[in-house]
Amino acid sequence: MQRIGVFVCWCGSNIAGTVDVAAVAEALSHEPGVVYSTNYQYMCSEAGQNIIKDAIKEQQLTGVVICSCSPRMHEATFRKTAAAAGLNPYMVEIANIREQCSWIHKDMPTATEKAIILGRAAIAKVQLNAPLIAGESPVTKRALVIGGGIAGIQTALDIAEAGFEVDIVEKQPTIGGKMTQLDKTFPTLDCAACILTPKMVDCAQNENINIFAYSEVQEVKGFVGNFTAKIKKKARFVDPNKCTGCGECTEKCPMKKIPNEFNLGMDNRRAIYIPFAQAVPKIATIDPDHCNMLKNGKCGLCAKVCGAGAIDYKQKDEIVERQYGAIVVATGYNPIKLDKFDEFGYSLSPDVVTSLEFERLTNAAGPTSGTLLRPSDGKHPHTLVFVQCVGSRDTSGCGKPYCSKICCMYTAKHAMLVREKYPDTEVYVFYIDVRTPGKNFDEFYRRAVEEYGVHYIKGMVGKVAPRADGKLMVQASDLISNEQLHIEADMVVLAAAIEPDKTARSLGTMLTASMDTNDFFTEAHPKLRPVESPTAGIFLSGVCQGPKDIPETVSQASAAAAKVIGLLAKNKLTGNPCVATSDEMMCNGCSSCEKVCPYGAITYQDKEFRMPDRTVAIRRVASVNEAVCQGCGACTVACPSGAMDLKGFSNSQIMAEVDAICKM
Amino acid sequence: MSDFDREQILRTSGVDVLKCMRCGKCSATCPSYDEMEYHPHEFVYMVEKGQIDKLMASKSIYKCLSCFACIERCPRGVEPARLVEAVRLQVIRQQGKNHLRADDIPALLDDDMPQQAIVTALRKYSK
Repeated sequence: MQRIGVFVCWCGSNIAGTVDVAAVAEALSHEPGVVYSTNYQYMCSEAGQNIIKDAIKEQQLTGVVICSCSPRMHEATFRKTAAAAGLNPYMVEIANIREQCSWIHKDMPTATEKAIILGRAAIAKVQLNAPLIAGESPVTKRALVIGGGIAGIQTALDIAEAGFEVDIVEKQPTIGGKMTQLDKTFPTLDCAACILTPKMVDCAQNENINIFAYSEVQEVKGFVGNFTAKIKKKARFVDPNKCTGCGECTEKCPMKKIPNEFNLGMDNRRAIYIPFAQAVPKIATIDPDHCNMLKNGKCGLCAKVCGAGAIDYKQKDEIVERQYGAIVVATGYNPIKLDKFDEFGYSLSPDVVTSLEFERLTNAAGPTSGTLLRPSDGKHPHTLVFVQCVGSRDTSGCGKPYCSKICCMYTAKHAMLVREKYPDTEVYVFYIDVRTPGKNFDEFYRRAVEEYGVHYIKGMVGKVAPRADGKLMVQASDLISNEQLHIEADMVVLAAAIEPDKTARSLGTMLTASMDTNDFFTEAHPKLRPVESPTAGIFLSGVCQGPKDIPETVSQASAAAAKVIGLLAKNKLTGNPCVATSDEMMCNGCSSCEKVCPYGAITYQDKEFRMPDRTVAIRRVASVNEAVCQGCGACTVACPSGAMDLKGFSNSQIMAEVDAICKM
Repeated sequence: MSDFDREQILRTSGVDVLKCMRCGKCSATCPSYDEMEYHPHEFVYMVEKGQIDKLMASKSIYKCLSCFACIERCPRGVEPARLVEAVRLQVIRQQGKNHLRADDIPALLDDDMPQQAIVTALRKYSK
């Protein structure tokens, strides 16, 4: 029989406001095995922890039940407390009487009764607890950063700065991400390329950083400190060691009419191309979907003009396998497709553009060399209408329910820059709310209104209809003057909502990192662990975790790097001893557990067994790799013969809890 | 009176006016805007504030074309046209004789009346 101590926490009024904590402590003191039962205002405080430590020593406790908040909150705290008093930390059980009891009940007698039942279940479980010892595993001192935008770049630079190796995997031919496509950045209006490209070059020159551009992560196995990733280096058909990036091939390639992704299809590139002048690595890439030589075996012009002899039409995809201690997700975002918003006429007129397209139309490296011209006729626009919240804050199913966060500021920037460069223009911005909470952000927006004379109108655009003469008829509401406006515009710019990159979902599955319904990665704690995924060893950087602007992205990128450095600085990690274990005598070798294991922790082996009749038989049995097992318990449920069990959460312990709850 | 009317309108229309984020896209898209004294976004706000009397007295309820553009375009799924419809119904009901109770149906039955007509009438006038 265990000697069990019960400690009921008030959590100030969080628990004590709805649960009669004294009554809970009293009722639980009569449970079998309970030798000590008390309550205290804040069990997690130092004084509270001392009550637990003293009781463990004075009452020679062998098990501890703490009725408090969720184990996610303080299980680790109380395990440490027990260990400090000489008790095995896995002899501590938490009964969650806050999130699952006091917070959801209003009536004190009901809540008190439930708290007693939950406490009773924890006592029943601790009766069957056995001391567990956590194993240790080594740490591979290298980090993988998935995504080479500003988030990934900053994270990689900071980790490399601390002296650890970093690999950046970027699916595009160059690192840099969305920021390379931006013209100027708010609120200081410095040019995006001027502040980004030096960082890209730093990445290339840092001996701790290895860039896998035009590559994708194909498979990730392992666990915190010991990940193994397979990276597919897609064939560029150009030898990266020979190519000098001179660009001779990109000028001679006869395939001239391929939509240029970098300028969002508003101009063309060749079949062999370098995305932009400052690309890192500056290596040409052949687009196999459009190259005549690769498709039909006819042409070969680029190979002829290449002085370095770098063209290699026979190059194949290459798989590289690398070990990592930590993985940072920095997969970024894309603007949503606007095909569900017919009312704005995006597909009807080339003069209705997204804000990202507008960035390219004002960028010196863009299709119009930085002169703002209408895409339809190349003429100078005089009236521009900006529409905010296109697909953001939309619960109708057409868009995204969240605020995309960056649109208010970049729209103010666009409006301001247009007015500054072309004072003969009229610029209208239709807004629902102007959200500018950031350092010098609201001042920036006010400048657009007060100094640059941008017409901010509270209301939404309902319809954009292209007219035969090329004008765009904009019908909108002005809610302050309670009018319906009809504006003849030359261009309409839509602030399209942003969404996580499409690759995020499959990557989340690969990493077993949780995501929300919008495919943003979930952080381990929304306030206190904002750059970590709940999956150990996976860290989050940039918009993959939620919409954010460049300053915020860079802050989070550095924060994620700090967390990675903290992990890589360790030589050994303490594992979780609550892992699955198989009773080989009961295992029938059916493979059910192997199939459900999400971590690949279960393998099958043929083993010799001495049978009861003294013969020797070879049987196929499951064996668990304790270092890989995360203790999810899926195998224990799948096992038809009851051979699989989870240490610390054994079937008998769970059943004892259920029995205790059902016992009235 | 006003509170009762408000509850009635909310129940008849099935609209949750609190979902409105006041963007005005309903009024921006409304083809009947110039004809209306109170515009679609005002219907939503006035129902929220309980100003049902004003809406019932306004010609606006007959100017709505029921084109449902506001319902189609609303980013929050508020459905302003349903409020217009509900106010219209409220007016009809207060004119009397338009309300059908289930108990009255047997007396109305005759062999020539299609059953569907009774079902439709009940659906429309029993709200």
